[in-house]
Amino acid sequence: MATELQSRISRPLGGERPPHESVAPAGGAIELQAVERTFTDKRGTSVPALAGVSLRVARGEMLALVGPSGCGKTTLLELICGLQAPDAGTLQSEPAVLMPQRDLLLPWLDALDNAALAQARQRAASLFAELGLQGFERAHPSELSGGMRQRVAFVRTLLSGKPVLCLDEPFGALDAITRAEMQDWLVGALTREPRTVVLVTHDVEEAVLLADRVLVLSPRPGRVAGEIAVEEPRPRGRTEAGVIALREQALELLAGARPA
Amino acid sequence: MRRLAPGRLLPPLLLALALLAAWELYADLGTTSSFVLPAPHAVASALWENAGLIAANLGPTAEEVGLGILLALALGFALAVAVHLSSPLRRAVYPLAVGSQAIPVAVIAPLLVFWWGFGVLPKLVVIVLICFFPVLVTTVDGLRAIEGEQLKLLRTLDASRWQAFRFAELPAALPAALSGARIALAVGVIGAYIAESQTATSGVHAGLGHEINADLTALQTPRAYAAAFVLFALAIACFYALSLAERVLAPWAHPTRGETT
Repeated sequence: MATELQSRISRPLGGERPPHESVAPAGGAIELQAVERTFTDKRGTSVPALAGVSLRVARGEMLALVGPSGCGKTTLLELICGLQAPDAGTLQSEPAVLMPQRDLLLPWLDALDNAALAQARQRAASLFAELGLQGFERAHPSELSGGMRQRVAFVRTLLSGKPVLCLDEPFGALDAITRAEMQDWLVGALTREPRTVVLVTHDVEEAVLLADRVLVLSPRPGRVAGEIAVEEPRPRGRTEAGVIALREQALELLAGARPA
Repeated sequence: MRRLAPGRLLPPLLLALALLAAWELYADLGTTSSFVLPAPHAVASALWENAGLIAANLGPTAEEVGLGILLALALGFALAVAVHLSSPLRRAVYPLAVGSQAIPVAVIAPLLVFWWGFGVLPKLVVIVLICFFPVLVTTVDGLRAIEGEQLKLLRTLDASRWQAFRFAELPAALPAALSGARIALAVGVIGAYIAESQTATSGVHAGLGHEINADLTALQTPRAYAAAFVLFALAIACFYALSLAERVLAPWAHPTRGETT
């Protein structure tokens, strides 16, 4: 723990990946093979959440997961973050950190302390400056807008020092204008601080705008129903013909994945 | 700090005046004896004439209540943390804590006096016994109010159990504990009265509870009412002192400060 913390502190700004000891799949950041996960509800009935999900995420790639509610997207992220274990199949991942939809900032800490939590404040302060948050260090969560709170939560996620970020509908609770701003900001932030990202969203347009690849999941129990590679150059505009075509394609896949 | 604008003080003053007026009218009708219910003006003059005596008796009672609440806060908080961190302890301690609230003080008073005599200590024990319980319950709820999702997040951020406790659970429990102390205060003042009544007291100025009982026996009803009025004021003062402490210690619990109330 101590050495891990030290390596985090001594890591150069915006530089190379932090060291980690957890199993990394050969040549990639995340690899799932036929992963299954079943929950038991209060009456003892088995509810399958994931039925044989296989996927692979390359280092530095941003993968978007779209699917109807209840398709096991959040379960998938928690599996990757090691908060749950699969019932069957194999899962290998570099250390991953979760950013939930709700910012879950602690109201008694200011923005900088929320982002730093147990980490070095110095690194937090320099990331604030780098990502356009300077001036908000001492503000408490109650004084911040929804968009600013998500930014602080994202900086907190980055500061964990883990190479894989699992973003669970990070902009789902924001209004359309703020969400568009946040998408641009996220692209900028990840350009400065490259990471492997798994982005769960219910917004197909967001997936196509941000990700390198979009996986469409079927309704519960979740399985991969289709895949779209997004090769449009960044930054992408939501009115570009290529983006619109891919969005339509993803929507069709989603509609096809739905039970008749 | 909060402004004490006249508009804020008017409603409580009007209500107090209306209640006093109704009391005065009822007492002046003469349907009850002044031994049973003295009129407010009689209580006021008893308070004025016995100000020295009552002030001398306020000292020990205020000390018992103040120290008692602080000790109850400390004990309730410590127990809550212990019970929160260990579920065997929770199963062992919680039923006893609930049961302790049903023990009539008169039952244990002789033992307390036998152990600690006639000083302040047995009275503190009674007050703490009565007051720790609301603190325990609200603090346990406060510690639990941190959601599973928050703890999961802290886990993926590699926070240790201690860090999760320090950063998330402890600050969440602080305003809850102080709310518990405010509830405890309401019973704490009556607890001081019970303690003074049940554990015999030595000394001339033995507290307001002792004074009230002595006055009632001597048919000095207005003076008993005057002393009770001071208890009433003591409870209000302590309540607002705790509210102020909460605003200072846990400002995040009042994010809309200055806009409402």
